[in-house]
Amino acid sequence: MTMSRLRKITRRVFLIGAATVAGGVAVGYWYVTRPYANPLEEGLAEDEATFNPYVKIGSDNTITVIAPRAEMGQGISTTLAAFVAEELDVPLELLTVEHGPASSAYYNEIMMEESAPFPWWDDGVLASLARGAFGTVATVLGIQATGGSTSTRDGFDRMRQAGAAARHMLVEAAAKRLGVSASELRTKNATVVHDASGRSLTYGEVALDAAKVKPPSTLRLKDRADWKLLGKPQKRVDMLAKVTGAPIFGVDVLLPDMLFGTVKMNPVYWQKPRSADLSKAEAVKGVVKIVPLETTYGHGFGVIAENTWAAFRAAELIEADWGTPDYPADTAAVDKVLSDAIASGAATAMRDDGNVNAAFADAPQDRVIEADYSVPFLAHTCMEPQCATALFKDGRLEIWAPAQLPTLVEYLSGAAIGVEMKDVTTHTTSMGGSFGRREVDATIYAAIMAKAVEGRPVKAIWTREEDVRHDTFRPAARGRLRARLGEDGLPTALDIRVAVPSIFANMMRRTFPSISPLGADVTVTQALRDQPYAIPNYRVSGIETDLGVPVGFWRSVGASFNCFFHECFLDEIAQQGGFDPIELRRRLMKDFPAALAVVDKVAEMARWGEKLPQGTAKGFAFSLCFGSWVGEVVQVKDTPAGIRIEKVWIAADVGTAIDPGIIEAQLTSGAVYGLSAAMGQEITLSGGQVEQSNFHDFDAMRINQCPDFEVAILENHHKMGGVGESGTPCAIAALANAVSALKGERIRALPISKDLAFA
Amino acid sequence: MNLTINGQAIEIDADPDMPLLWALRDIVGILGPKFGCGIAACGACTVLVGGTPVRSCSLPVGLVEGAVTTIEGLVKGGVLSPVQQAWLDEQVPQCGYCQSGQIMSAHALLEEIADPTNEEIDDAMGGNMCRCGTYPRIRAAIKKAAALKLAGK
Repeated sequence: MTMSRLRKITRRVFLIGAATVAGGVAVGYWYVTRPYANPLEEGLAEDEATFNPYVKIGSDNTITVIAPRAEMGQGISTTLAAFVAEELDVPLELLTVEHGPASSAYYNEIMMEESAPFPWWDDGVLASLARGAFGTVATVLGIQATGGSTSTRDGFDRMRQAGAAARHMLVEAAAKRLGVSASELRTKNATVVHDASGRSLTYGEVALDAAKVKPPSTLRLKDRADWKLLGKPQKRVDMLAKVTGAPIFGVDVLLPDMLFGTVKMNPVYWQKPRSADLSKAEAVKGVVKIVPLETTYGHGFGVIAENTWAAFRAAELIEADWGTPDYPADTAAVDKVLSDAIASGAATAMRDDGNVNAAFADAPQDRVIEADYSVPFLAHTCMEPQCATALFKDGRLEIWAPAQLPTLVEYLSGAAIGVEMKDVTTHTTSMGGSFGRREVDATIYAAIMAKAVEGRPVKAIWTREEDVRHDTFRPAARGRLRARLGEDGLPTALDIRVAVPSIFANMMRRTFPSISPLGADVTVTQALRDQPYAIPNYRVSGIETDLGVPVGFWRSVGASFNCFFHECFLDEIAQQGGFDPIELRRRLMKDFPAALAVVDKVAEMARWGEKLPQGTAKGFAFSLCFGSWVGEVVQVKDTPAGIRIEKVWIAADVGTAIDPGIIEAQLTSGAVYGLSAAMGQEITLSGGQVEQSNFHDFDAMRINQCPDFEVAILENHHKMGGVGESGTPCAIAALANAVSALKGERIRALPISKDLAFA
Repeated sequence: MNLTINGQAIEIDADPDMPLLWALRDIVGILGPKFGCGIAACGACTVLVGGTPVRSCSLPVGLVEGAVTTIEGLVKGGVLSPVQQAWLDEQVPQCGYCQSGQIMSAHALLEEIADPTNEEIDDAMGGNMCRCGTYPRIRAAIKKAAALKLAGK
């Protein structure tokens, strides 16, 4: 895209920006109606009307809301539906909530905005302009994506506007039908009511007429004080299905004449197998066909069979010379590459306050502390292994999959078998977890398999072993942190270098290998360059270090390791400087009231500072990530069976809390995910191949290890933050700090179970 | 071979070595039990055989002795079982994928122990992994279900 086009669009975005007026917020309706056509226009029933890409109403008063973000457990279908329901004046239980079609109309603007390298608190002109421009790219490229803890924030304005616009049109149509002024009408429970005459019309009764009403040019959204649904915990719309075992997931797709399959990919990444013997696999009863998979994601075989079990057995019997790796082949080699990079790699400073070099140049040795921290590769292990169903018929491709990036799925899966995006249809299922894993590989493989048995759908489910070994891993990373302490014990200089693969560059290799990514990868220094600490000389540098292994977005991305580096080193500074860990943070973040409030809250909840019984310790960590300010305290206890994680306290400032029940669940979930990793998870390599394969050697926290939780939700900051990932980073760092306090020895490498057992 | 699944006699044409999970899912079309690991390590596939919770991914269908109950069999006359009702009340599931297995394990636990302690809950549920970390709400829901059952609801 040319810059002039981008500028023009940016200006248009700014021109229609929201303006606050008394009695609600008036906003331009351009937002929801442009620049894409309404994908619901296609496939409407005769007695059904659509008002915008988010609302459909049938004459029978069936109201369908499109929640175009993938439901991976984070409750997003409920929250997005509640936005529409609030403004449409309809109780949630009267709505039918659907994911809807893959369409660029459902682009994720916030996700792109947060790719801009500016800290969250920076409301400066440059930062705002950059955020606006990045968001505009999402609009133009039309990326429908679920991730980055962005969905609620992205939907907040757009979907409330969609509900308000539809309500406006329904009221106008009802006024005309009743021969009264719209101002005499009110709405309630999907009905337009004329109190003066006692007459009423259901939304369904006026829907077809209402869809012809010109949408309003400006809308007035409800004041927060008038919210009936938002700000309060709602019953989730997907709960009944999930307590009755309803077939809603990718693995549950059942189609007439369907075949079943799985994949066996080269465990040596990126390479073609040198030779393969498929004879034993092909001899398995029930096997229909074995097809080569040659893709930008990897090379291997797709096994198509009459049932999944036959496909699994056959895949196990494929014999191949998989070749040798052209990347660091074992964990020692990975460590060496990262260590070399930390020592001498080319660094990009992403934060550089004061003069760090000068501050260290004349520092007395006893005022300087330095430490290296490291983390391993991690798998996501969603409970639902990677899977997709595809049907190739009459030159068209149809996909059913738990897709986090449905527009990208259509483009790349189609391209893999020579089908244009316009001839691809995607049905997005619920997903059995994602945590950042659901990319495009499973659908590309399923498309290739479907083409080999044209006319019959193929449901390809990966074995857990393939899912673990062919993940897009949380990258291994290393940090080197150096501080100079002043006479008062506070740091006068902090210099941080982090060496880690670029996730974006690695993802481009898988998805668009011909395009080189531009600029520094913001995930490298995420939650490190942008923390609300004031230190006079403060430098954060990223060293993008390719390790060859596929890496991707793992719950909380760069924050998953950077918070551990930063917050554990702050504990070291506190110890050296003679400060209580929380008091040190309070001093450094004194200019950030939202941060202080969170820290004070969690300290109060956890009774921080009270004397603990022998063999018990607490650890603290803070992180500003995904727009939310989070403080966590973890309490651990020594037991004969190992360390027991007893309790976790979380305080999070999310700006505006749309659904406190879901927020509490997400923060807790994120913490359990982080604790699992910090306790015991690591992916290691031997001969370039992943050594772990299933839950026996890549386990996660079980109920018997799960601590009690206490969560407080604050709303001090003026911008809304995300919660899907924000609970994870602090749990990791606070656990490490707690164990360090318990044992009197610093935890600087994960997982902790390498040295200590957990009960 | 003949199986009784959720009270219905069903004839299945399958290799007796095929795990019960895949016979249910791919042949019978019962999709409640989920595939998670294939090695009885995660519990997503848990069903009851003769009232005992088993990991159906690792039990050959030819060795099944006793009536099979899947989550589809817990709803009686359109009414949720106490465990399901408690799961709904406590809003337990997030992604929901492991929850069929969790509910089946909890159901079996409460059939055996009417009012389990935290330790008994941990023991009975330790084989059911949840990557979303819904464990605190699972604990609350099991206690609620126990209360519902004791109250005869």
